[in-house]
Amino acid sequence: MSKLQMNAEATTSEQKHTEDNILEVKHLKKYFPITGGFFGGVTGHVKAVDDVSFTIKRGTTMGLVGESGCGKSTTGRTILRLLEKTEGDVLFDGEDISKYDKKKLRELRTKMQIIFQDPYSSLSPRLPVGEIIGEAVREHGLISKDAYNDYITKIMKECGLQEYHKDRYPHEFSGGQRQRICIARALALQPEFVVCDEPVSALDVSVQAQIINLLQELQRDRNLTYLFISHDLSVVEHISDTIGVMYLGSLVETGETADIFDEPLHPYTKALFSAIPMPDPDLKKERILLQGDIPSPANPPKGCKFHTRCKDCMEICKSVAPKAKDMGNGHIVRCHLYDEAVDS
Amino acid sequence: MLCPNQIYFKVIKGKAINKGVTNIMKKFILKRLLISVVLLFFVSLIIYGIMRCMPTSYVENQAMALATRPGSKSYQEWVEQLNAQYGLDTGVIQGYFSWAARAIRLDFGDSWYWNQPVLQKFSSVIWYSFALALASFILEIAIAIPAGISAARKQYSMTDYTVTVVALIGISLPSFFFATILKYIFSVKLGWLDLYGIVGRNHQSLSDFGKFIDIAKHMILPTLTLLVVSIGSLMRYTRTNMLEVLGADYIRTARAKGLSEKKVVNYHAFRNTLIPIVTLLGGSLPGLFGGAMITETLFQIPGIGYTSYQCIVQGDIPFVMFYMVFMAVLTLLGNLLADILYAVVDPRVRVN
Repeated sequence: MSKLQMNAEATTSEQKHTEDNILEVKHLKKYFPITGGFFGGVTGHVKAVDDVSFTIKRGTTMGLVGESGCGKSTTGRTILRLLEKTEGDVLFDGEDISKYDKKKLRELRTKMQIIFQDPYSSLSPRLPVGEIIGEAVREHGLISKDAYNDYITKIMKECGLQEYHKDRYPHEFSGGQRQRICIARALALQPEFVVCDEPVSALDVSVQAQIINLLQELQRDRNLTYLFISHDLSVVEHISDTIGVMYLGSLVETGETADIFDEPLHPYTKALFSAIPMPDPDLKKERILLQGDIPSPANPPKGCKFHTRCKDCMEICKSVAPKAKDMGNGHIVRCHLYDEAVDS
Repeated sequence: MLCPNQIYFKVIKGKAINKGVTNIMKKFILKRLLISVVLLFFVSLIIYGIMRCMPTSYVENQAMALATRPGSKSYQEWVEQLNAQYGLDTGVIQGYFSWAARAIRLDFGDSWYWNQPVLQKFSSVIWYSFALALASFILEIAIAIPAGISAARKQYSMTDYTVTVVALIGISLPSFFFATILKYIFSVKLGWLDLYGIVGRNHQSLSDFGKFIDIAKHMILPTLTLLVVSIGSLMRYTRTNMLEVLGADYIRTARAKGLSEKKVVNYHAFRNTLIPIVTLLGGSLPGLFGGAMITETLFQIPGIGYTSYQCIVQGDIPFVMFYMVFMAVLTLLGNLLADILYAVVDPRVRVN
């Protein structure tokens, strides 16, 4: 069993949950209605997440990459039910969380947490840092009253914050420190699974490295599972065990990090990876430039969604959506170029 | 760097206030008070100038009345005599300074129209205005803030539209129009309440408690009028601020923490909405003493507003000068209070 599998076909979705998979996402869809017209009726849908399936093994990190606007963040938030899904299933520890009522959902928050992209706006300006980190701990009754103070101090120290920071307000901190507060806030609830929604893209490069290292340390210490959303490929390569590449709401390619970086199969992945700067000036590499803009997710192209910008576009791509094909070792791709490889 | 958030923190936690912080606040307040003195000088100068330039003056009216008496002096002679008597025979600037010299010592002279010291008249009428304003202020807060919050929580719902329509009606209706409707319904048609006045015909024969009830009953319609014309803007203000806060990223964070919806709205969102609301309300506290000129006049409530209205019509310079300067002081005080409150409730504001 590979670390990650894209359960695109009905046969795989019937597959039984195994102990190792902390998260299974099956045919997840999230459509946002577009309202317009004189009476404000629904005139269409933005297909932000369109049939996405993957699984994550306990203790590993899955990187989710793609252009901005391709639905990465929406996927992360829909998994956590911060947004309500349109269709599909999300199984956490083998349980379908989409059927949870409010009370169970609140309990689930202690197991699944999220670190948001913008450390500036995602912290309440009116609360001191200790309260931001500890509030939910108290609310969920995770720690006894006597141990509470020491617990918060411990978490803060683990995340590189000092005890005297407790009484300060978020505006007194730098971006990197604020992201540490966000991380401490998420980890204070002792989650098993954390969605990192572009946690470093708002920070400068030197601070990015510190935060990434902190996330990795914490993962080792606490056996955390991450879904790491980013558009920065080098960061994703560094931190992820498996990678999913998204384009226009769909996963086009998934597999182990090494496999995908060594041999990207999908033309979109190839184009994406050819944009990574290499620290070797003598290295001649072919740069694949994508033509045109990313199409509107409200009206995605028929057939393969990528066919409008694909340099290998064939006739079949314009009408038939490609199915997921396993190219070995759990490396799954959705592209008609590999139809024969499977058939033969 | 010291900042007011520490004050906020200390106030909230009830700990000793940092000495350095209070010094900075003291300096800030002192500076503002000094600026206020300069402002008051110009405000009172302009008002005095306008009062002296009014087309009808108290003296001319008096002279006209006196001159018609049989065997009296001529109109012109009366005007000269009265001008000298009331100190209006000097120029505007000179007249202003002789007024200001006495005003600084809090001597505002006698009211010409009421024939008694200005301060005495003022202290006998101000509490009617204050009671009226306070009643409508409390009701306004108690109704508008919860209504604004629930409208924001259920945006584009029936509740939201109802609040919006009520608010718009309140903002658009002039107080005299609404007061007239109220009078028509409750006084003329139903006969429950008196048309105007602060006490009923048999007020003197009532017991102390009865007197209180009598006055309270006469306050109902004016309070209602004030409430309706002022409630709309606070409702809209609360709704707008609440909507902005509810859409903020840190509210999403609060939800991701797994807090109950009640806690998210009442603790996280409302706390941040409070910053502009407290500032607005705190700034309007001194205004409670300002009186409501139109409403008081319509219902003939003998508050500061109605009293001043009569004085302005009669050209009673000492009383009007006092009232206008009093209003200016209240406005300056309101602004200062708003700024201080802003620093107290918002940890991010620093006094520089």
